[in-house]
Amino acid sequence: MSPDLLKLIFGRLGFESLPLHEPIVVGTFAVVALGGAALLGGLTYFRLWGYLWREWFTTVDHKRIGIMYMILGIVMLLRGFADALMMRGQQMLAFGGSEGYLNAHHYDQVFTAHGVIMIFFVAMPLVTGLMNYVVPLQIGARDVSFPFLNNFSFWMTVGGAVLVMASLFIGEFARTGWLAYPPLSNIGYSPDVGVDYYIWALQVAGVGTTLSGINLICTIVKLRCPGMTMMKMPVFTWTSLCTNVLIVASFPVLTVVLALLSLDRYVGTNFFTNDFGGSPMMYVNLIWIWGHPEVYILVLPAFGIFSEVTSTFSGKRLFGYTSMVYATVVITILSYLVWLHHFFTMGSGASVNSFFGITTMIISIPTGAKMFNWLFTMYRGRIRYELPMMWTIAFMLTFVVGGMTGVLLAVPPADFVLHNSLFLIAHFHNVIIGGVVFGAFAGISYWFPKAFGFKLDPFWGKLSFWFWVTGFYLAFMPLYVLGLMGVTRRLRVFDDPSLQIWFVIAAIGAFLVLLGILCMLMQFAVSFLRREQLKDVTGDPWDARTLEWATSSPPPDYNFAFTPVVHDNDAWWDMKKRGYQRPLTGFRPIHMPSSTGTGIILAGLATAMGFGLIWYIWWLAAASFAAMLVVGIGHTFNYHRDFDIPAEDVIRTEDARTKLLAGAR
Amino acid sequence: MSRLKILALLPLAAALSGCDYVVLAPAGDIAAQQRDLVIISTVLMLLIVVPVMALTVLFAWRYRQSNTAARYEPEWDHSTKLELVIWSAPLLIIVCLGALTWMGTHLLDPYRTLGRIHADRAVDQSKAPLEVDVVALDWKWLFIYPDYGIATVNELAAPVDRPIKFRITASSVMNSFYIPALAGQIYAMPGMETKLHAVVNHAGTYKGFSANYSGAGFSGMHFNFRGLDDKGFDAWIASAKSAGGSLGRAEYLQLEKPSQNEPVRRYGTIDSDLYRLILNMCVETGKMCQSEMMAIDAKGGNGHQGLNNILPLTYDKYARRGTPLGPEPTFVAGTCTPDAPQGKTTASITAPVDTAPLLGAGLKRPSFAPLKSSSFFLGLRPKSDS
Repeated sequence: MSPDLLKLIFGRLGFESLPLHEPIVVGTFAVVALGGAALLGGLTYFRLWGYLWREWFTTVDHKRIGIMYMILGIVMLLRGFADALMMRGQQMLAFGGSEGYLNAHHYDQVFTAHGVIMIFFVAMPLVTGLMNYVVPLQIGARDVSFPFLNNFSFWMTVGGAVLVMASLFIGEFARTGWLAYPPLSNIGYSPDVGVDYYIWALQVAGVGTTLSGINLICTIVKLRCPGMTMMKMPVFTWTSLCTNVLIVASFPVLTVVLALLSLDRYVGTNFFTNDFGGSPMMYVNLIWIWGHPEVYILVLPAFGIFSEVTSTFSGKRLFGYTSMVYATVVITILSYLVWLHHFFTMGSGASVNSFFGITTMIISIPTGAKMFNWLFTMYRGRIRYELPMMWTIAFMLTFVVGGMTGVLLAVPPADFVLHNSLFLIAHFHNVIIGGVVFGAFAGISYWFPKAFGFKLDPFWGKLSFWFWVTGFYLAFMPLYVLGLMGVTRRLRVFDDPSLQIWFVIAAIGAFLVLLGILCMLMQFAVSFLRREQLKDVTGDPWDARTLEWATSSPPPDYNFAFTPVVHDNDAWWDMKKRGYQRPLTGFRPIHMPSSTGTGIILAGLATAMGFGLIWYIWWLAAASFAAMLVVGIGHTFNYHRDFDIPAEDVIRTEDARTKLLAGAR
Repeated sequence: MSRLKILALLPLAAALSGCDYVVLAPAGDIAAQQRDLVIISTVLMLLIVVPVMALTVLFAWRYRQSNTAARYEPEWDHSTKLELVIWSAPLLIIVCLGALTWMGTHLLDPYRTLGRIHADRAVDQSKAPLEVDVVALDWKWLFIYPDYGIATVNELAAPVDRPIKFRITASSVMNSFYIPALAGQIYAMPGMETKLHAVVNHAGTYKGFSANYSGAGFSGMHFNFRGLDDKGFDAWIASAKSAGGSLGRAEYLQLEKPSQNEPVRRYGTIDSDLYRLILNMCVETGKMCQSEMMAIDAKGGNGHQGLNNILPLTYDKYARRGTPLGPEPTFVAGTCTPDAPQGKTTASITAPVDTAPLLGAGLKRPSFAPLKSSSFFLGLRPKSDS
């Protein structure tokens, strides 16, 4: 075939795009391919495809979508963590003339992929998954406001993750750092597909995130059950509301800045080039106007989780509910006024730097207030040390250290000596692992019995907890030390042999975290096998306080047979105290949304379009785009969007629960 | 304020442990003041962090479920007094820290000319500061000494106790110029200039490097910074002068090409205009300098001429980091007015009598002929035409 025709069909994709010269990648591919084949074979053998398609892929049930988000987050955690191990390994070995085992081309992709994956495809799905699962239950709703949109959002997030994973085996990922600053990320200095993978993975996933933000705001604002005024909402719902406001207000900025970067790369505009008076600093400003709210998008729900967990396991009302809510709102607003602290060293004047430094410090006031509120919730409580509470204590002790180093970095002259150093790396891992990851784990172990009807195995959970916590400290405290020695981030080789010991300690820490992750997977497996012993039939295994614990575990499709009425901000606690009786008669048909495959099809097409744009396969991009329009418009003619669960089904489900509850007593 | 005892102890502790905590024990006055701020801020915050951590442990232990002796008040969830304390305690700390930040940021602004060279010594006004022009290249550092007419690659030297005035830029992508022993870092960005004022107080050899990832050769992008006494510095200048080699525009364009782990190089003579040309991205002959572009734009732009002749404004070298597969360079293939789509202008179209709506009512009319068209389009043209 003529080269022109080949180029028309395959764009710039060719055999040389496959990284066959990288033995590590080839090995990984072999393992993934074997594992994937085994999984697909297993699904086919057990005839699970139909079940998966009907019950999971096309579902619009917020609970199942929430669970799928969590699975996505955990799967991507394995990938992102593999990258982390590779970096730790490289930095441990590359001393005294040794080049380590990764060349620059590979290493630079690894640290970029690690950052992108951990933020967008681990932390975001875990947080979104928990919000998706818990929020409608906490506010006594049957589902989210736009159930189809919810399914579509999830699959768009998956689409972004698929593109990032594809870059591992087809072509390469960006070699720019996780925020892809131009001019480095512009076409002149990154002519390969890496940055295009970055752009389209984030654009596809970003659509999902924005839509899910809109969806959850609507849900919280419009679907609260009677009696639940704003100031009676559980704190997790409050933090979710603020998080989603942040998402809706900040993700469009990311979308636009990436769109401008793609215009630079694809059609030769000059927004961020050195040519024609373009300004790369504009990109840095814009991306951090998204980027700083993003860290609060991640950590606010974690704060919500800790609030629920602390008050539940202390057997006590949350101390200072009102100030907790106001602190959350203040953080939400202030998070837009601090973005410049990510680049004090870019030469802004002293007054500008001071302004952003001081606004940053001000955020620590409501955050500090929250910390005290948790502290005084524990005060005069009866603290039960189940796994979620252990994660919370670990968070409280870890997060204050990260918060302190964060405020330190907000002092511009201090930032001048610590910016971009390993001290900074230690700081943000300190808050993201200590805050978001610990929070997600607390949330998982807290709500797991709600989602599956049995508790997680405490032995493997505690093992995982201790590996994680000690591993974290061993991995990141040395980085604080190295930062004070003036060691900068993203280095691949080192000259000074005296530094090596610290990297060895950090690598040992990373290895312990690996054990923590393995124990966690083991915990899921063991809990599944021991599900009969760990079973909870009451629906309220922790003697908890909020509405999600009022229904069965796992909740029925319709969540609540009758919409609850709320009189107190610890609604379920209040109901229990007043001797609430489950209604046993008078059930009526329940109106529910129907499943649809449109979401997954649209997201698949969007991913294909992204792939076409990455590789300059224009026909594929155009065809997928046209198909998206057709499917999207076609879906508007789908009039089978809802159905009624017949009263008999509701009666049968509720009677079964009555029997179970009677048996438990 | 920096004479707190703890400050004196910390570098000592650092030195004792055998590791080089250069950020805590720097050799320059600016870095030392920054170090002081790091430590004071940390101590200030520890005032609240330590009690919080202690209370966390205390409450976690005391109110454990098995301790039935502890008080249990499940309904207690509010105390105005406590709320006041938990909001005002962090606020007080932040007020102090904020004041410190405002002061420190202004005093230690890298653009600010030095007032002192040491805690107890003012700058000797009779001596001019040492000027150094810094250029971050792919992947090495170029230092130009305009006063001495020399340049070096990957080696920087300065006399002890003489203020240094850095002007910093880059050739292609962002880097960050950082010598931890001397002073905090500042970004080096193409087409832009940042400044740094600093002074080194102790003779010695210190590490300098790029603190912002800039591509494949980033790890090797470091240099030695040598603090020398006056005699040693003169000798160093003399040795650079005698090293021969000259750095003109042609040599710079060779040097600018990406290369990794470059050894130290010295140039005895330099093109005195070189730094200005680098900053304005017009070392290559035929490129329009940014300063010229800005001057033209300030006068209202070039009109039609500005559309046609854009090659001189193209700076990023597409082939620099590999085979280009990106878009072809764009050129203006033609212009059109709403009356003459596709650029087919006809002689019959006369210019509107009143051009005010096109130029912006109320604005001062530029000195040259008014634009005839209100729109134009960009088109692709094969490379060979250029």
